Amino acid sequence: MIIGEKKERKQEKLVMDQSEMGRALTRIAHEILERNKGTQEMALVGIRTGGVHLAHRLARRIQEIERSQVPIGELDITLYRDDLAIRKDQPILRKTTMPFNISDLKVVLVDDVLFTGRTIRAAMDGLIDLGRPAEIQLAVLVDRGHRQLPIKATYIGKNIPTSREEVVCVLLEEEGEEDRVVILNE
Amino acid sequence: MSLKQKDLVSLASLSPDEIALILETADSFKEVTGREIKKVPALRGKTVVNLFFEPSTRTRTSFELAAKRLSADVINFSPSSSSVVKGETLLDTARNIEAMQADIIVLRHPAAGAAETLARGVKSSVINGGDGWHEHPTQALLDLFTLRERRLEFRGLRVTIVGDIAHSRVARSNIYALTKLGAEVRVVGPPTMIPAFLDRLGVRICYDLDEGLRGADVIMMLRLQLERQGRALFPTIREYSRLYGLTAERVKLAEPGALIMHPGPINRGVEIAPEVADSLSSVILEQVANGVAVRMGILYLLSGAN
Repeated sequence: MIIGEKKERKQEKLVMDQSEMGRALTRIAHEILERNKGTQEMALVGIRTGGVHLAHRLARRIQEIERSQVPIGELDITLYRDDLAIRKDQPILRKTTMPFNISDLKVVLVDDVLFTGRTIRAAMDGLIDLGRPAEIQLAVLVDRGHRQLPIKATYIGKNIPTSREEVVCVLLEEEGEEDRVVILNE
Repeated sequence: MSLKQKDLVSLASLSPDEIALILETADSFKEVTGREIKKVPALRGKTVVNLFFEPSTRTRTSFELAAKRLSADVINFSPSSSSVVKGETLLDTARNIEAMQADIIVLRHPAAGAAETLARGVKSSVINGGDGWHEHPTQALLDLFTLRERRLEFRGLRVTIVGDIAHSRVARSNIYALTKLGAEVRVVGPPTMIPAFLDRLGVRICYDLDEGLRGADVIMMLRLQLERQGRALFPTIREYSRLYGLTAERVKLAEPGALIMHPGPINRGVEIAPEVADSLSSVILEQVANGVAVRMGILYLLSGAN
């Protein structure tokens, strides 16, 4: 058998298109403002990489609705992963950028997909090493279930039932893709 | 992309991509070293052993701090207080350390090749903290990191290394790495301190400092190992200083704003004039600060499960 240069694209099933994603993010922006009664003492922190793009999109929407700027931080959770000691190759480390002090702020963590909850556990540990936020909330575009830790999102774009083996991908314009959420089948 | 090897023994054996990965990883750790809480849990439960058969303050402290900031446990082992004086061989010492579940051993040893020997003999990862006249890879990596942080492009960068090239593991590691990354390296020193084979490494040899400094973007001064005096390498410290000491006057021969580096410890007034060491172009203390971030990066990359 000849294997082509490009790996064959897996079968993908569309679960959210561009306009659905846009509406979900707009709703989350409103919910964040409602719950926090505005943008006072608040910050958005995106989890690398997908969460960072979504945090920027949320900040833009909040700016449009409320006419106020929310500070944005970018968090790399690699050093807080719980599988570092058992992995053979260490994952690529990226940069954490937090241009403000998070202490006493209401921090909204932003990620693309909520799955086992392990990433969020790592992100919370990472945040707490940077300061003592007044509160941590969690915004995700997709909640696909299968939690392995007692973690729950504050804001959810869409609940998508999946099987554990499926792969949920949030594809974003910022990464050179057409905005969409798909399920990839093995 | 990841480091494919178990150990970091030499830069001669690393690819440009692997060097880039280490520098990129170190850059992320630089952010950690600037935090109020300068500690991350990445190496929790791992043990790092500093095995130093030669005196060292900077390198050992830097490795110790790097390991501690990664939450590893650190043991410092030096021969004066150990069984080495009782005649134990290097490999036996290391096997004993390994039996205590050491994950990473940092070795400094007076014999060239000691790190390679150890790496082959033990399952733990071995990091070369300087072996004889061979290599000092982490020092060169932190030098590269400092240049990169100053936004210098390695390709075409003119680097002049001055001093006792023959006996300098720092020079050798820097020559391997810089030439690999496309820099133009010149070495300057008295003929007694420049080995004959050196031009084979793709560097230009100058015996005259003024000539070697002309047009340089980076000047790397090496420590004159005063303990070598009397071994017929140079007549007097004064003469060496007059011919090969970096003065403010000589710095003007290099490119304006050329960076001045030194691996330390410096002999003020011997290889480098105090006003040059303390000048704005001097990045000597930046090198030390960056050393911790670079060593954190290396420890992290080598700490994968075996």
